[in-house]
Amino acid sequence: MSIQTIEDTKVKAFPTPAKPAEVIAFTARARRRFDPLVIAGRLASALVPPVIVITLMLIVWQVACSSPTSSLPPPSQVWNEAYDLIAHPFFNNGPQDIGLAWRVLISLQRVAIGFGLAAIAGVALGALVGQSIWAMRGLDPVFQILRTVPPLAWLPLSLAAFRDSSPSALFVIFITSIWPIIINTAVGVRNIPQDYRNVARILRLNQFEFFVKIMVPAAAPYIFTGLRIGIGLSWLAIVAAEMLTGGVGIGFFIWDAWNSSRLPDIIVALAYIGVTGFCLDRLVAGLGAFVTRGATAK
Amino acid sequence: MTAYLKLDHIDKSFARGSQVSEVLKDIRLTIDKGEFVSIIGHSGCGKSTLLNLIAGLTKVSAGAVLLEDKEVDSPGPERAVVFQNHSLLPWLTVYENINLAVSKVFGRTKSKAERHDWIMRNLDLVQMAHARDKRPAEISGGMKQRVGIARALAMEPKILLLDEPFGALDALTRAHLQDAVMDIHSRLGSTTIMITHDVDEAVLLSDRIVMMTNGPAATIGEVLAVPLARPRRRVELSSDRTFLRCREAVLKFLYERHRFVEAAE
Repeated sequence: MSIQTIEDTKVKAFPTPAKPAEVIAFTARARRRFDPLVIAGRLASALVPPVIVITLMLIVWQVACSSPTSSLPPPSQVWNEAYDLIAHPFFNNGPQDIGLAWRVLISLQRVAIGFGLAAIAGVALGALVGQSIWAMRGLDPVFQILRTVPPLAWLPLSLAAFRDSSPSALFVIFITSIWPIIINTAVGVRNIPQDYRNVARILRLNQFEFFVKIMVPAAAPYIFTGLRIGIGLSWLAIVAAEMLTGGVGIGFFIWDAWNSSRLPDIIVALAYIGVTGFCLDRLVAGLGAFVTRGATAK
Repeated sequence: MTAYLKLDHIDKSFARGSQVSEVLKDIRLTIDKGEFVSIIGHSGCGKSTLLNLIAGLTKVSAGAVLLEDKEVDSPGPERAVVFQNHSLLPWLTVYENINLAVSKVFGRTKSKAERHDWIMRNLDLVQMAHARDKRPAEISGGMKQRVGIARALAMEPKILLLDEPFGALDALTRAHLQDAVMDIHSRLGSTTIMITHDVDEAVLLSDRIVMMTNGPAATIGEVLAVPLARPRRRVELSSDRTFLRCREAVLKFLYERHRFVEAAE
């Protein structure tokens, strides 16, 4: 085969020497600048509005509750009467007289165990339901019904089954937080692109390798959505469960305070619970963002 | 001598409820070792289905795919696929993506250091060693496809299957990658089957071009041998008489004898 050359004076082509393939694109990485003024401005814009709102709320609350006949204490009274609780979260004066931070930690410990078990079981069950059409057909209706049962409705049954308040509280946390984990994991697994499955099939990954190397990372954004909802629910459940089961958790503290009419203490405890719940949510969200970095990008 | 890869009277039909649609009918083709074969046809003619059958990702309805006289009916690394949309795992770096394949295929036969060398050799082959620690989202489409090719080559496949590998790329990047594939083919002599809808690409790269008729029940209409010497240079070939004649033959097949008619519902 001879290469034909065309004699054409009008068209002139200059063949460039064959080059090795070049880098086609560089990803530009913008350097972040640390300008103290800009940072201060951002901080102010993030902090000033909530501070204003909270101040206004406190003023309204103070005005509304300052009459002597008011059934709820105003913020000034909360501050005066519950000062010990606010200022010393870590005091320890014996088995039932401990600071609120200790109580929160005890409740958190319960949540950690119950939620940890729910996370493991939930991801495993969710993977099964997402992967197998028959498991889904069989289990999904059951999940859909059970997940609507309120946390505390499980408590009598678990008290009867475990005959002890502590495992019952754990069970309530487990059963409350597992549903969103199962359902979100299943959706995530069902949404794994066929291409990734094909890659796994060509490499002949076994079930375990597929689970660890493809399924979990591919479904991670969904799994973490489920975990985030789950941890919120388990924090809701623990406070309610502790009110009924007793012990030294933050939930029982509220119940105890109510029984001895210490309303300011209850209000302080509510603030603790809210802040802790917020931190838990942010913790799981942050963990999710860290673990799934890159996983969602195409 | 028996053929390296033999497609023996393959039929493929998909059943949806009671409706059965016949996609491929009586596909017969033999491919020799080291050959570069393109499969070309209008969209919807079942090219990709045919590739999936060879890969084992889809099962044949009748007939058989024989690789070295052994029937294949499930996917495996000896028939590596380069997917149209690269299919790199986004949570792994370029190196880790290839390592996933290499440690699975050579986990028992190669030591860790040997596997590392093998990964780097394949990355060098597609000139992507510089991006080994990047994630797929951080590199361009052409680079992703290079990594996809490196991953497939790293499995040391008996047959390399390319599923419209350059379809999603711009024309210049595509030309770069075609040259890279030609270069790799000449160096490794890998048996390659490529799905394409680009006539120039098919003529430039292939030893033979398999032209598919339109579906339903598509089959091989014609097989054209491309008698061009290698190495081939695209610029010189653009005025080569043999090249132009091959190109014309494919164009005539696609646009005169088997014109694409939108299926009327």
